[in-house]
Order: sequence, then C-alpha cells, then structure tokens
Amino acid sequence: MNAGSPAVTGGPGADTGLSATPRDADRTAERITGAQSIVRSLEHAGVEVVFGLPGGAILPTYDPLLDSTKLRHVLVRHEQGAGHAAQGYAAATGRVGVCMATSGPGATNLVTAIADAHMDSVPMVAVTGQVSSKAIGTDAFQEADIVGITQPITKHNYLVTDPDDIPRVIAEAFHLASTGRPGPVLVDVTKDAQQAMTSFHWPTTAAELDLPGYHPTTRPHAKQVREAARMIAEAKRPVLYVGGGVIRAQASAELRRLVDLSRAPVVTTLMARGALPDSHPANLGMPGMHGTVSAVTALQRADLIVSLGARFDDRVTGVLASFAPHAAIIHADIDPAEIGKNRRVDVPIVGDAREVITDLVPALEAEHAAGRRADLTGWWRQLDDLRTTYPLGYDEPDDGSLSPQKVIQRLGEISGPDTVFTSGVGQHQMWAAQFIKYEKPNTWLNSGGLGTMGYSVPAAMGAKVGRPGTTVWAIDGDGCFQMTNQELATCAIEGIPIKVAVINNSSLGMVRQWQTLFYDGRYSNTDLHTGVGRAKGQRVPDFVKLADAYGCAGLRCEDPADLDATIEAAMAVDDRPVVVDFVVHRDAMVWPMVAAGLSNDAIQYARGLSPVWDREEQDPETGLEMNGSAR
Amino acid sequence: MSTSSRHTLSVLVEDKPAVLARVASLFARRAFNIHSLAVGPTEHPSLSRITVVVDVEDSPLEQVVKQLNKLVNVLKVVELEPETSVQREVLLVKVRADTATRGQVLDVVNVFRAAVVDVAPEAMTIEAIGAPEKNAALLKVLEPFGIREIVQSGVVAVGRGSRSIADRALRSA
Repeated sequence: MNAGSPAVTGGPGADTGLSATPRDADRTAERITGAQSIVRSLEHAGVEVVFGLPGGAILPTYDPLLDSTKLRHVLVRHEQGAGHAAQGYAAATGRVGVCMATSGPGATNLVTAIADAHMDSVPMVAVTGQVSSKAIGTDAFQEADIVGITQPITKHNYLVTDPDDIPRVIAEAFHLASTGRPGPVLVDVTKDAQQAMTSFHWPTTAAELDLPGYHPTTRPHAKQVREAARMIAEAKRPVLYVGGGVIRAQASAELRRLVDLSRAPVVTTLMARGALPDSHPANLGMPGMHGTVSAVTALQRADLIVSLGARFDDRVTGVLASFAPHAAIIHADIDPAEIGKNRRVDVPIVGDAREVITDLVPALEAEHAAGRRADLTGWWRQLDDLRTTYPLGYDEPDDGSLSPQKVIQRLGEISGPDTVFTSGVGQHQMWAAQFIKYEKPNTWLNSGGLGTMGYSVPAAMGAKVGRPGTTVWAIDGDGCFQMTNQELATCAIEGIPIKVAVINNSSLGMVRQWQTLFYDGRYSNTDLHTGVGRAKGQRVPDFVKLADAYGCAGLRCEDPADLDATIEAAMAVDDRPVVVDFVVHRDAMVWPMVAAGLSNDAIQYARGLSPVWDREEQDPETGLEMNGSAR
Repeated sequence: MSTSSRHTLSVLVEDKPAVLARVASLFARRAFNIHSLAVGPTEHPSLSRITVVVDVEDSPLEQVVKQLNKLVNVLKVVELEPETSVQREVLLVKVRADTATRGQVLDVVNVFRAAVVDVAPEAMTIEAIGAPEKNAALLKVLEPFGIREIVQSGVVAVGRGSRSIADRALRSA
C-alpha cells in the first residue's frame, strides 16, 4: 500500500474503529446478518447520515438501520435526490457522502448523481441492494446490472455476494472515495448476502484492504516543484489557474500564501469559486465561456500558466489550438491522466494540490532569495486596465421588471459570505458564479462537469444536513427546479430548512439564449409557462402554491422595489424551507461569452461587443460548432 | 502487418470478476481501437494478464496507459516493443485440399513449420503458432487453395530476458 495512506478514511472525524467499538469484541464469533454488517460498517466508516429510499432488494438493510443510533437516515422522495444530497453533503463538508437505494430502478435513479460525482470528483459511496445471487442474470423483478451500468462513471464499484466481504468492501469503498482523486464508489449487495449470517471484522490497517493496484501519488516530486518555482519566479506574465482540486484538497490557506508570495494573478474556475476570496486583489474571477474578460484574456496572454487542480476543460479553453498560445504550462494534478490530456505540458507535477502548493511556497521563496523575481508591474497594469474597462455587469431591463443578475447579486450581498450557495445548471448558474462574491471554499456547490439540471435543491438539502448552522441557498432556474423539487417534501418533513431562489424567467433560459444568438430567435421548446411571456399571468406550476403544498413558506417577487424586502423575509424564515419565486426578465443573457467552437480571443463582453486589443493576437480560427449542449 | 500506430500492451490485473469488461470498455469509451486481445492466468494465482494490441498514435497511447492505470484492479501496464519481446498468436485455418492439391498444401505447411491438426476428404485444418507477420504470410500463400475458415487468437507477448513484470509490479505494491 501507499505509504501513509490510512486504511479507512471517512474524512475528518472518521471513526477508525479503534475507539468506539472494541476491536476484540468485533473479532469474536458473534454472528450477525449481512444487513447488520452493512450498517455496522457504515458506522465504523464514520458515517453520520445516509440519504436513501428503501425497496425490496435493500429491505434487509433497512431493518437494522432503524436501530442504529449513529446513523441518521434521510428518506428522500426520489433516489436522484439521495445522490445529489450525498454530493451536496460531501462538497459542503469535505466528508464522504452516502446514499442508498434498492435494486433496478432505485439504483438506476442514482446514476445521474453518480455520473455527476464522477465528473466533479465528489467523494461519495452508494450502497444498492441487488436481487438474490441465484436470480442474477435471469431478468428478475427489479434487476439491473448496476455494476455494469456504473462502471464508466464510478472510481470503482463492487458486487458483493458473500456477506463475509461486506466490511472489507465498504472500508475499501470509503478509502477509494476519499483518497487520491476523490470520486464515487458503488457497492451493490445481493439480497441473500444481506440475509445470510456472517461475522464482523472491520479492517483497521491498510494491509487488510485488498487494493494491490491502488497507489495514488500525493507527494509531488521535489525536482518538478523546484523547476516550477523557477519558472514562476522568472515568468513575466504568469497566471495561477486554480481548479476544483484546490477545494477538494482543502488547500485554500496554502493557495493564499502562494498568491501573496508570487503576486501572480489568479483565475478561479467554476469548480474553484471561493478557493481564493473574491475580495483578494489578485483574483481576476472565473475564466472560460462565461468568464470575466480579464480572466480569459490573462490566460490568453500569459507566458506561464500554473494549473493547480484544474483540467483544461473545453468550457475553459475554448478552441484548444488557440488557447493561451504563448504560455508554458505547469500542470499539477493528483490524477496523472489529466496531465497532458488536453494541453501539452512543460512541467508535470503529480500530487495532492495542498502538498504541491505547500512545497511550492518555500521553493519560490528560495528563488526570490536568490534574486530571481520578474517584475510583474507591467502585467498587472494590463490586467487592471482590462478589469476597469470590462468589469462584470448587466443592464437593468427597461420595462421595469426584475433583473435576474440583480436578484442573485443581492442574494449574495444580503446573505453574506458564510452562506452556502448551490445552483442548478444554466443562466442562473453562471450568474451565481459571476455575481456572488465568494470569500470561502466549500460555499459554492454546483454541477460543473456533467451539468445536471436538478442538482440544486437536493444538493442544498445535503449541504444543510452537513452544516445545519449555515444558511443554505439553492439558486435554481424554473426548469431545473421542476426536475427535483420533490425533495422539498423531504426538507419539510426532516426539518432541513433550506432556502430556494427560483430565478424564474419562464423558460429554459440558457437554451433560449443560444436560440436568440445562434438560431435567429426561433424558440423551439424552451417556453415553460411559469410566469412571464406571452401567456401573462399563466403560472404552471405556481411556485408559491407549490411551496405551500409542500409545507414550505412561499414568497414571490416581481417588482425590483420589493427585492431586498423579499430576500430579508426569506432570511427570517428558519423553521421550514422557503421558496422564493423571483419572476425575472426573460431576455437577460449571460455575458461575457465565448461562443462554443470559437477561440477565447473571440470573447464578447456584451452582444456584438468585443474588447479592443492588438489584432495580431487574434486567431482567425472559427467555424461555429453548435454541437455543445447549452444545458 | 506491423504499423507504427500498433502497440502491444501487457496489462497485469487482479483475477477478479468483470476485470476484462472494465479494461475492454475503457478502450471503447475512450475511442481506442483494439486490434487483438488475449487474457489468461499468470505465475501468480491472484493475477491475470491481458495482452492487448491497440491501434493508436503515441500521444493518445500515453492517455490510454494512464487511464488503464487508474483502474483499481490494474496493477501494471507495460508496452512491449517488438524488438525486445516475443510475440505469438495461434492461427487455425481450414483450407480446401483434395487429392490433387493436398501435396502442395503439405509443402506449404512444412515450409512454415506449421502442423496439420485435422484432415477431411475435401479440406485440412492447419495450426500455426508464430508472430503475427509469419501467420499473415502463411495465409497469403494458402489463399489460392481456397480458405474456408480462419480462427485466430489474440497476440500473447512476453519481454525478453530474465525480468518478470509481475514480480516488479508486486514489489512496488
């Protein structure tokens, strides 16, 4: 095993099994069922909450679950909600999120959340029931090959047919989910394995885990770090390109030291918002398709990009061939397969983001001490000029209706920097990434890689369970909200008082924006009739009535004059979930924008308006490619 | 038959259910084309070896090796170069051979040091074990007689010299 990797890592506060339950007692021949072994294993892994929904094949496990004093089970209304709740819990706390479902449709309903966790490196363990081992392969009732189905979207998965394997497999699942590059692990347990008798032994050392092929590299190579430090010291136009890996590695404090030492400008990707406070002067904001002009341009003009836990995603790079054409690349990532995948790399560093940054700081200090330090004054002058000339902004609608950007901006300002914000996917997501100022890590949770509409409400639920003392706002769209809002029932019944801001433009807004820009305004199937538009007054559904039906407080805001008062009224509700229907102008668009298939040099900060810069830096490579999903 | 984009990977894996499926589906998912694949036990009871010949340029090859290494059940991935390894495949070919042509076919079998493993009045089945190039040459020579059926195994390959991939993999573990 990898030196120093603990056998069991349930994140901070994980119970290693050494204290709570005497090991010797566990080693005795006490006979328990496989189902009891599952519950006991989860307890030993340090789990405090399981989001799930029972059914036939997982029924045996739900019985001992009723007796557990350590595990809280949150009964969701749809398994997808359980999956996203586990993700939200994990992303907000840094601990492993756990969801549970039955075989067949229960398991397949988890698939979207598992794929989402895989794309965004969220530590999660999914436990599913499977039909009896004798029935596997017979197309039995509620049988689905969930191990086969989730193979490409899990870090690893297991089918357990022998109850004796349960503790080891669950210990391995938590170890895999939480170490190296985090990710989802699925454990599928047949019904007969849950019902059979077994003995229980919780693995307490790495040697007891059977993972001979798993050795994540967390310590960076010293030579690579020194080389990187030399390049950072000498670069005239460096940019720190900070990705979600910095959040997952809990490396914000270390990042701050590196930023203050290097004085290099920083861009924080969609997954890394909050990794460095937005109030920090070096933070240029978000790069990419809807990034700030300064962040996008900084990368395009950089002579050195230091990628920390980021993966050169197409939404950041635009057309790869013209991305950052002058930049040398230092790419630090815990996953060697990310390094060099999309962009050729000059200095690869495999390692945990926190360890890499921790080592970079003294190495860079040594460079400075040796007199190697480039003058960044000119670089900062260019970037400050861009920041001043092309700040993030929006036009207020001229018909007196609510501006969605304003709603989101005020939500951030009124609720404050300790709030956890989740979002769905689309325009409201981009505005929430742009117009809320994030000061702390783990306060911005969204579906970045998979782009899952419906993530917001259940993720907020999970975050609120993990951090009950924190205000949690789900910023959602009217389209996204209708995909998973059944979890309002869960929140109301279980006492999980989340706050939901529905940014209601009565349409699938991002798709509509693309139709406006690229399909001559032909609005094919994007009108949702939830409040504005042709059928004025038609609200299907009426979100306030829907909130009421779910036992939640329901508020509506349609007039800019009521905005702050409505938000404050929602802030005052803390005994139940609250849903605010913000009926906003439907033609608002997300700017800046780099259209799909274009070079980042073609960024527009508003429709038809490109920043003015030296023509020789523009790349003529275009060719609109409209195959990217606008979701 | 060998082209610059063809690479032979020796993949040492845990002998566990669905490992072959994990490896094979990884190639499909990442759009890499498998030319041949062979799987079997090794000198270690808990380990299997998958020998996979893949058509891929150098830079995507690096990516596929890294992706293979990410599979939890994969212990080691080694590319075996033709010059420093022995590569063999088994060919069974059923060729038309009557009294008039049987002698000529047997001559070919002898030249290629192949073996006749079944004879019928109208045909014979020939077994050849060799490098893919040699078997391809044999097929070319047999073709004029009339080939009725070809069955070919995937390539298996082992590095030349005394070192063992499995030993190294287990030591580093």
